[in-house]
Amino acid sequence: MPKKLFLSANEAVALAARHAGCRVAAAYPGTPSTEILENVAKFKSAPYFEWAVNEKVAMEVVVGAALAGGRALTAMKHVGLNVAMDPLMTATYVGVLGGLVIVTADDPGMHSSQNEQDNRVLAKFARCPTFEPSDSQEAFDMALAAFDLSEETGAPAILRLTTRTSHTSGVVVVPDEEGGVRPLKEYVKDIRRTVPVPAHSRGMRLAAEERTKKLAAVSEASRFNTEIEGKRDVSFVASGVAFQYVREVFPECAVLKLGMSWPLPIEKIRAFAAKAGRLVVVEESDPVIADGIRAAGIPVPETKTELHMLELNPMRLAALRAELEGKEPPAAAPAAADVPARPPVLCAGCSHRGVFHVLSKLKATVTGDIGCYTLGAFPPLSAMDSTICMGAAIGNALGMRKAGHPNKRIAAVLGDSTFFHSGMTGLLDMAYNGGDVTLVVMDNRITAMTGHQDNPGTGRTLMGAPAKEARIADIARACGIEKVFEVDAYDLKALESTLKECLDGSGPAVVVAIGPCVINKKLVGKNPRKVDAAKCVACGTCFRLGCPAIHRGEPAGADGKRFKAAVDPAMCSGCTLCEQVCPRGAFGPAEQA
Amino acid sequence: MSKGIWNISLVGVGGQGIILTSDVLARAAMISGYDVKKSEIHGMSQRGGSVISQVRFGEKVASPIVADGTSDVLVAFERVEALRWARLAKPDGRVLVNRADIVPVTVSSGMQPPAQRVEERLAELPGLVVVDSAPLAAEAGNARTANLVIAGALSRLLPLEEAAWTEAIRVRIPEKLQAVNLKAFALGRGAVA
Repeated sequence: MPKKLFLSANEAVALAARHAGCRVAAAYPGTPSTEILENVAKFKSAPYFEWAVNEKVAMEVVVGAALAGGRALTAMKHVGLNVAMDPLMTATYVGVLGGLVIVTADDPGMHSSQNEQDNRVLAKFARCPTFEPSDSQEAFDMALAAFDLSEETGAPAILRLTTRTSHTSGVVVVPDEEGGVRPLKEYVKDIRRTVPVPAHSRGMRLAAEERTKKLAAVSEASRFNTEIEGKRDVSFVASGVAFQYVREVFPECAVLKLGMSWPLPIEKIRAFAAKAGRLVVVEESDPVIADGIRAAGIPVPETKTELHMLELNPMRLAALRAELEGKEPPAAAPAAADVPARPPVLCAGCSHRGVFHVLSKLKATVTGDIGCYTLGAFPPLSAMDSTICMGAAIGNALGMRKAGHPNKRIAAVLGDSTFFHSGMTGLLDMAYNGGDVTLVVMDNRITAMTGHQDNPGTGRTLMGAPAKEARIADIARACGIEKVFEVDAYDLKALESTLKECLDGSGPAVVVAIGPCVINKKLVGKNPRKVDAAKCVACGTCFRLGCPAIHRGEPAGADGKRFKAAVDPAMCSGCTLCEQVCPRGAFGPAEQA
Repeated sequence: MSKGIWNISLVGVGGQGIILTSDVLARAAMISGYDVKKSEIHGMSQRGGSVISQVRFGEKVASPIVADGTSDVLVAFERVEALRWARLAKPDGRVLVNRADIVPVTVSSGMQPPAQRVEERLAELPGLVVVDSAPLAAEAGNARTANLVIAGALSRLLPLEEAAWTEAIRVRIPEKLQAVNLKAFALGRGAVA
């Protein structure tokens, strides 16, 4: 009996992997893709699944599984595919024996990312057939089809989700499961096929282009590339969730919906365009389809309405509608005036806060990285100068030093998961080449930002097996760093003396600041502090910690500008930083409720 | 455009149970036989940020996003969040506001002034309904069921049978917490005429 479920596209993909008989799944967490592997674990979609240390390793693991003849799945956020492009660009030549599906979850509008990149460009670059589901049902159906197509053609298949599809739930009708895990296809050692030395890879290059022709024929006939009848004076080509906005705002118009968008079904498009008045392509984010259509000699006039930057939505399509009807664009709804911002902040009790407090006090130049701790850049901590990508802090700091940056105190800051992801190679570079840089690894033994996934510091695999915890100090020493310190992240005195010694000394140094994630360890509301108002002189020192549990209490003085501190016991986790910075000893333990 | 579709926007602060509430709503609509989409943005919600979830249900739902000015019900779990997201409200729709204030760190640290004239500005919102969830959640027996009190109040404003809601609660909430959450839901439902 088919089942009717309510699933996000991420959940639907994970379930599809189970239906497809997937054997191996590997990923590194990254919003908005994280729930895919979490649900692979929940649904037991494969006999083996792991959180890999980074997307490149995840890709290598699934390529290996597919080379061995098993079906495999990896999922990553858009920038993760940058990390994994090296194996992909050659895996696509070598081809796969078992079906390989790569999910890229792009983030138009940058809800939780440092950039906005359209990975369909990379999919095309890697000659991977590309599917763009517009809802959860299609995510399920297309993931299944992608496994089959990959296995039939040997091409890794890419499923492009976006934040809006990944994190939208909808009704999904799921057929009966059949077959369970697919048996391995027969493996035959054949280095001409799987070892791309130049003599072999030239043939692979030609074969990959032949494969593309075959894929183009598949795309022309694909049930995912369908025409929806309607008025044709303005006709649309649309893919992904953009299709849903077109249906919402132009329900009367004809649409050629592209679910398989690479290779483009160009003859299907040509036939559609021949019947169309004006052809409008709506896609998120870059004009990938539009440029492909133009390259085939089919005119796609530009619209005045900007449709390529940031996330699309029905309001932007309504502006397009006004343009096409020759009307004034609808007035944008006014932003709320006089409402204080509610930015994300480091949690009360966060073990990163002390490091930033000290680095700020020491006036260090700080190269930052990707994680919760990027929030240390903002006032009042204001303890970060730059952020580029996962692991970049170390190389960036070294480069600043080598360029002659005048600040004696240069620190690189990243978290444990980011260190394992791609900080380790940067550390070896810094250790070997030398330079007055202090690396601070803020080690909370978990990948916190994306919702607390395990990493090599956690001591437990995603399969639930115990594992040996990687100790960062040991790795630093093994890389050749002589000055390696492990410090309690909540001990401000020790942090300050250690960091000062490292930053003012010569040669590379590593400080591992160790403290748990208070959310992960459920410490919020435990062991709270309180303020003795009689001792508080409203100096504001504690406010400069930027702790959300510390707020303005009673006014001090008649001018109404200074306030004594107060603590919200429900938010406080008793980290004691406030006690340590208070010059008057006004903070102390509160009675627990 | 999208005739017969119900649009509900739920806004508030991370940790208030918005995602669970919108999930219960979406499942109640699905149990009632509707097509449903639920879309949420929760990237850094655990870190005190603003959270939004949108639910659309009807015969066939296309866009997962509720367009500005088209929310049949805007549900604000916190008073100032109602003001922040007021542009989502439909001029002839309803705004359901929970009487709760969560001071953002920008205000508690003195970097920004608090919102002014909150009561007056709330009164200007279309079809305002106010519910005070905290005392009702306490009455139900668990302060953490405030979100189900709000769901109960919301159920009065939507064309879904009470049985669909209670079934959705049973589907979505672990068994040992069902009784207290069902009580919170009933109290919220009773709080709105």
